[in-house]
Amino acid sequence: MITLLYFAWVRERIGLGEQRLAPPATVATVSDLLDHLESLSPGHAAALADRDAIRIAVDEDFVGTDTPIAGAREIAIFPPVTGG
Amino acid sequence: MIITRVQPEAFDAGVEAAALAAGRRDIGAIVSFTGLVRADDGLVALTLEHYPAMTARQLAAIAADAWARWPLLGGTVIHRYGRLVPGDPIVLVAIASAHRGAAFDAAEFLMDWLKTRAPFWKQEDRGAEQRWVAAKASDDAAAARWETP
Repeated sequence: MITLLYFAWVRERIGLGEQRLAPPATVATVSDLLDHLESLSPGHAAALADRDAIRIAVDEDFVGTDTPIAGAREIAIFPPVTGG
Repeated sequence: MIITRVQPEAFDAGVEAAALAAGRRDIGAIVSFTGLVRADDGLVALTLEHYPAMTARQLAAIAADAWARWPLLGGTVIHRYGRLVPGDPIVLVAIASAHRGAAFDAAEFLMDWLKTRAPFWKQEDRGAEQRWVAAKASDDAAAARWETP
């Protein structure tokens, strides 16, 4: 099981801040996971359609979409950050 | 060391700077930067959302990076979250060193990093409209200056 966290407009479009799921065995990378999530609901599809507009953290570190997710506990999906 | 705090409460930049220098005779420079909420285009409030566990971890990592890069004698970084109104302080970077160069550079490095790597998101409230702030390419360019080859 992986805990997924959503922030800012990604959270709003999906309609959830957090969800837990066991991805299918075919899901090997972050990119595969995003493809799988897009199939879950229209909200997921709307949030994840523009891959250039989202950023990913696996276990609290920024990663690229080709990163393997084997062993990941927590994956966060969010827009580019705007703090400071 | 550089202390990092993430909190909803306001802070007092003068108090924080004074605390860095208290009881010390080796500090020759303190650079303090405070970011404030601006009332741009009818802005009523700014709400900052963040990813608490990652924020704490990433702030500690970048504070350690700044500590390793410059000869610093102390520092405090505070980033607020929650709902803030124009005039409220959002972020503080206060850095102490023997000479000003290291303190100026480290403070700018920390701010550039906070803008591009700390997981915070700002939502603007203009009364009738709520809008998430878009990231700026100029902030990415500023942070890229500090990348080590």
